[in-house]
Amino acid sequence: MTDRVPVLKIGEVLLVSIQTDLDDQMVLDLQEDLSHRIVATGAKGVVIDISALEIVDSFVGRMLANNAAVSRILGAETIVVGMRPAVAMTLVELGLSMSGVRTALNLERGLKLLRRIAAGRA
Amino acid sequence: MNTESNTRLLVDTLTARRDDFLAQWARTVGEDLRGRLSMAELGRELGELYEALLRALSAGSLDSHGEEFGETRSLLIELSRNRARQGFTPTDTARSVFALKEVLEPSLTGDADSVRAYLQFSRLLDDLGLLTSEAYLRTREEIISSQAEQLLELSTPVVKLWDGVVGVPLVGTLDSARTQVVMEKLLQTLVDTDSTHAIIDITGVPTVDTQVAQHLLKTVVAARMMGARCTISGIRPQIAQTIVALGIEFGDIPTNASLSDALRQALKEVALDAEDDVRGLL
Amino acid sequence: MKDYAAASTSTETVPVATSGDVVSMRQTVRTLAQRCGLSLVHQTKLVTAASELGRNMLVYGGGGVVRAAPVVDAGRSGVFVEFRDKGPGIADLELALTDGWTSGNGMGLGLSGAKRLVDEFDIESGPSGTTVRIVKWGR
Repeated sequence: MTDRVPVLKIGEVLLVSIQTDLDDQMVLDLQEDLSHRIVATGAKGVVIDISALEIVDSFVGRMLANNAAVSRILGAETIVVGMRPAVAMTLVELGLSMSGVRTALNLERGLKLLRRIAAGRA
Repeated sequence: MNTESNTRLLVDTLTARRDDFLAQWARTVGEDLRGRLSMAELGRELGELYEALLRALSAGSLDSHGEEFGETRSLLIELSRNRARQGFTPTDTARSVFALKEVLEPSLTGDADSVRAYLQFSRLLDDLGLLTSEAYLRTREEIISSQAEQLLELSTPVVKLWDGVVGVPLVGTLDSARTQVVMEKLLQTLVDTDSTHAIIDITGVPTVDTQVAQHLLKTVVAARMMGARCTISGIRPQIAQTIVALGIEFGDIPTNASLSDALRQALKEVALDAEDDVRGLL
Repeated sequence: MKDYAAASTSTETVPVATSGDVVSMRQTVRTLAQRCGLSLVHQTKLVTAASELGRNMLVYGGGGVVRAAPVVDAGRSGVFVEFRDKGPGIADLELALTDGWTSGNGMGLGLSGAKRLVDEFDIESGPSGTTVRIVKWGR
């Protein structure tokens, strides 16, 4: 598999919009790419949009949680946005609560949250 | 005497005296139902059934489960469903089928051969009569389950309390199925209305056991993962005591004693967001 | 558990040998779940369980075969999925079914989580391989 999820840079924010069903290698690649890009760009925030994902299993869930922890160490806050209701209910049942991950309803609210965090108001 | 000659005898008799038998059958059933169905409608229904029976018998079968009786069976199921909806009892419907036996009896009890044919035919009618009872039960079950589903929908309204705040007032006993519906509806409403706050009010819930507490906890966690904040309000003193006595871990669930407190809290947070917007901070 | 796939005429068979195969297997299961009228949440739970079990099969069993079929029983309809590998088997089934995060690529939530997401769950494991069968009923 050579497909990679694109990581876009907008100002101090890295934006990842996952549009396809990911296989495990793509998930690992994304985690790798993100940490490299945070260091290379000095980004202060990362927004991962998963609104197109029909399922999030424990592998992807763990990637999201790991990524939040890793980027925090590298000085960037990660917001996961757009999780679908059915996906959230399934993750709870699966036993994942992603308690270390900041979330927002949609991309717009995610970007707002990042700015509030930067301003020390959240 | 075998099945073949039995069916031939039956077909001959049923064909020869078709109009006579049909009229008698309709009359017998009509008396039984005492005018609750128009004679014209009854005559049409029984006529169709009679023809279907005759066709199956002409194909040489006396097996009610056989392929030849497929048409007859579907007619009977249709008939039974209609009768169930019109409020007839399953006995009424089954007797409509059995009545054909009475009609045929005088013409088929002359000699030993006809008696054998009659017995076989009446066994067939017994089976078909039972089929209508089964279909009746199934129809009732379908009606009951669709009503239960409607009730479930009705009993869990998700209401918008303010811009960005939605609420569900829960009334009655919570079970797994119902909580599932509440969760789904509440979470979907968050997305649809772009609401960041949800309040589940349990003032109308008589008791909270471990399972219900678990369900509430799951809803709160799911909402959080979607980026919204979910609060439980309306916890009555005895429920709070039960929760503590049962040793239920309610730790992470944000709670408020009353709906108004929960709403005030939510509005405060929504206002804070708006304030940041206005300041041009964002 | 009964092998519902053997009795069905519309069984779908998907070999799983790479992580890309897991993706197409998930799609097969989802399409079947949609056809069988499962609600969106039920579909999501079933597909997530299939994803966990498919990955387990790939990582621990060296890949295998997935069979999926519709089930109708006592007026309910649902989806049956079987995961069969020829791996070394699971030494301690009970332990494997216990909840808990394991470090790295360990058993973690795979088996126990998948079990919670479906209505029926059956596992057989021996030195000649592991077979997991699940059923998710519709609503």
